[in-house]
Amino acid sequence: MSVGIVIENLNKTFGTFQAVTDVSFTAEDGKITALLGPSGSGKSTVLRMIAGLERPDYGRISLAGEEQTNKPVQERRFGFVFQHYALFRHMSVRQNIGFGLAVRKESKEAIRARVDELLDLVQLVPFAERYPDQLSGGQRQRVALARALAPRPRVLLLDEPFGALDARVRQELRRWLDDLHRELGVTSLLVTHDQEEALELANEVVVMHLGRVEQIGTPSEIYNHPTTPFVAGFVGAANVIQGHVVNGEVRFGDHQVVRGAEHLDDGAAAQAYVRPHDVRLGADRESPLSFPATVERVSDLGWTSKLRLRFPDGQVVIAQIPNEELGEIGDGDVVQVDLRNAKVFSPDAPEIAPDPEDQFAATG
Amino acid sequence: MSATPVARSAPPGVEHRARRWMVAGTLVYVGVLVVAPLVGIFWTALGHGLGIVGQTFSRPDVRHAFVLTGVVALITVVVTTFLGTIVALVLVRFRFIGSRVVSAIVDLPLAVSPVIVGLMAVLLFGRGGWFEPFFASRGIQIIFAVPSMVLVTIFICIPFVIREVAPVLEEVGTGEEEAARIVGASSLQTFLRVTLPNIRWGLLYGVALSAARALGEIGAVLIVSGAIQGRTETATLYVLRALEERQEASGNVVALTLAAISIVLLVAIEAFKRRQERIREERAA
Repeated sequence: MSVGIVIENLNKTFGTFQAVTDVSFTAEDGKITALLGPSGSGKSTVLRMIAGLERPDYGRISLAGEEQTNKPVQERRFGFVFQHYALFRHMSVRQNIGFGLAVRKESKEAIRARVDELLDLVQLVPFAERYPDQLSGGQRQRVALARALAPRPRVLLLDEPFGALDARVRQELRRWLDDLHRELGVTSLLVTHDQEEALELANEVVVMHLGRVEQIGTPSEIYNHPTTPFVAGFVGAANVIQGHVVNGEVRFGDHQVVRGAEHLDDGAAAQAYVRPHDVRLGADRESPLSFPATVERVSDLGWTSKLRLRFPDGQVVIAQIPNEELGEIGDGDVVQVDLRNAKVFSPDAPEIAPDPEDQFAATG
Repeated sequence: MSATPVARSAPPGVEHRARRWMVAGTLVYVGVLVVAPLVGIFWTALGHGLGIVGQTFSRPDVRHAFVLTGVVALITVVVTTFLGTIVALVLVRFRFIGSRVVSAIVDLPLAVSPVIVGLMAVLLFGRGGWFEPFFASRGIQIIFAVPSMVLVTIFICIPFVIREVAPVLEEVGTGEEEAARIVGASSLQTFLRVTLPNIRWGLLYGVALSAARALGEIGAVLIVSGAIQGRTETATLYVLRALEERQEASGNVVALTLAAISIVLLVAIEAFKRRQERIREERAA
């Protein structure tokens, strides 16, 4: 495993607004690393600092052991893809892609050959002489990608690259980018607020919130083992159930129980995060982990259904259940419910972890 | 199903009448304030035949006035193009303490009477002015000479360039410039290859307006030049003198020529722009 981009303690303020606080992570060589977070979480600012478009207040950025922090933008040889494409509007597709080579004074033949190669790669050969305003959003973003790749960048930085596209094109481009990355293997950093995109494309995900890193891990670690309430709530859908801790379990209502509170003190208040697909129906009536709930509403989504369930104490959860397991359940029925794989957090846990390492220690 | 009429936003009668009045008002404005004076000048200048044109342009003072106007306008255009673009870039792209104040001050020459601009120049460079000793000791005359005429003309014309370029820069945004930098362009390459092509029409309009104004400027130039016949008399100052000396015909010929140059300037740029757009569309199709 060779070291790609190493980010250490990046900090950035805009006026009095602290946009990025102590962000550190490593993006492995040849892999896709996603920076995932809601808008305003500082993820784009981190990317712009790596590109050299913003200067960090302090912190270090290095690539393959070589410090980049104070290098001028144009000397870093990074590729950058913007959400709104930022294509040169007065240049044709061919000129856009060749721009990075032309400013480096490469020969006309070399530029032509490289641009042809990239036009082929992004499947835009017939559009070479068009102008950006004559292309669709998806085509523009592929031109932007080709332009970024033309000078053979050491790193590819993607800032919400599919954010301005409609859902179908987004899906298509995502798959296409995945293939492209497998083919080229260029170290990539992807900024996105779309958790599905991050989980699908990235080898490693850095979850950011309010300018700080919340959790770093593989998609499966982030999804199945969130270490903070924020990650549990932001990555994937989750029900939040309020209760208190008894013998390492969360109790709520009269005798409803959720497991997984071994790390919290007896009697403390607790919040259990349960994914909709971990809410199971029809379990054993005798089991202490199975308890009744009223079906308030069933929404058929085709191959699964969403059920709105109300417990006797008034709390509501959403269950997502494959239709073949659902049987004849309708509004108003009382069903047995079993809540599995809950992630339990103390409700007074700070929304922002002062140091992600502490959070690891608390739950690990 | 019967065809239902499309709903209108206002009762047709009222809206129709209001629209008609607005169109009529616009036509009257253009007719009375723009076309009529032009026709008037044309009529008085050429009413007695084309001979007056030859007579006017054979006069050495008229020729000198046009040369001087040309020199002043040329220097003004060159300086305002460079300086105006730089100021617009600084105002739009850089945020610094006081940038809003500077942005407001930039418009000042448009708001202040040119006569006052001329007066300020006299106060600064004239006898007893702050800068007079510096230039006087080097034997350079500013007031009652070409330098002060160029100076006040630049001062008055530069806001035209800034005010045309700044909003275009704002609208174009920084995305393309950032993209150019990341892909390896230096800041000069970025400006020449990305920023400049994006602002070229705004800049060209600004320069055209600036040139038109430089050709027509009179108030400030009158004060600082002293309007010395055959030395510091521009074409507009000649028109003024012609009127005073009751030589309306030759004055009108000069005025008509100035107006024609300005109109040709603006029309040419519009035509050039359209042609460029058409070429681009054809190339892409």
